[in-house]
Amino acid sequence: MRAAVIVFPGSNCDRDLAVALRKAGFSVEMVWHKDTELPRDVDFVGIPGGFSFGDYLRCGAIAARSPIVRAVKAHVERGGFAVGICNGFQVLLETGLLPGALIRNAGLKFVCKPVALTVESAESVFTEGYQAGQVVTYPVAHHDGNYLATDSVLAELNTENRIAFRYQQDVNGSVEGIAGILSQNRRVMGLMPHPERAADATLGATDGAVMFQTLARSVVVA
Amino acid sequence: MMKARVHIMLKSGVLDPQGEAVRHALGTLGFGGVESVRQGKVIELTLAGDDRAAAEAEVASMCEALLANTVIERYEVEIL
Repeated sequence: MRAAVIVFPGSNCDRDLAVALRKAGFSVEMVWHKDTELPRDVDFVGIPGGFSFGDYLRCGAIAARSPIVRAVKAHVERGGFAVGICNGFQVLLETGLLPGALIRNAGLKFVCKPVALTVESAESVFTEGYQAGQVVTYPVAHHDGNYLATDSVLAELNTENRIAFRYQQDVNGSVEGIAGILSQNRRVMGLMPHPERAADATLGATDGAVMFQTLARSVVVA
Repeated sequence: MMKARVHIMLKSGVLDPQGEAVRHALGTLGFGGVESVRQGKVIELTLAGDDRAAAEAEVASMCEALLANTVIERYEVEIL
């Protein structure tokens, strides 16, 4: 399995994501935002956390218009798999590949701590290693993680079982406690918490490792 | 040359936690009667040419493409 991790100026979880993917068996290439094409035969694209372009204008806004993101869109449109974590989730929303928006945390503070999440949907390559209803702990570290969507989008996400994770307790004001969502074809996920920071026992947490292991088993060339 | 000014505000109904914090701080300073504060941004552009109508349309496309996130924000374009 080949994965590409996109690197923007200001990305800071790119190497953590690469480490987690490699540990699960992926070969990983780091891809710079100015590149116009993904490496050949990439099965999976990861958009990492961080503060791309200094969060100028809006979080993820500038990154979402960078050359490589056009290639990521094409990958997704032909049915490719992708995840956006934290700033990566903000980028995916700004591209329109996932619905809704993320605004400033309701409490206005940067929140940085491990949080308990309920796995809402185990029907995806990201979450099939968990049971629906299972509680997992991933760290969060964000200032703009307050998920917002119109009532019709929320109804659609609920009906189609596309809410991947919810916070067990309110973390940032997100509507319905939404922490992560899936695309309509269930091949793209965006989430604020960091599974890649919970993927190595040496660093104190392993709940996220399951996600990368199941990904490595399920992801095939689209 | 022309100047364009874009006003971007959160749509009504979208919670503005920063505006709310500003409102609270104003109250702390003794300014009573501030019922709500909404915070937005102003972007100024200097544009080549002098066709005002074309500039207005062009800046509106810029808003749709990048300057505003129309999921949560509304914008107004002013050609100065």
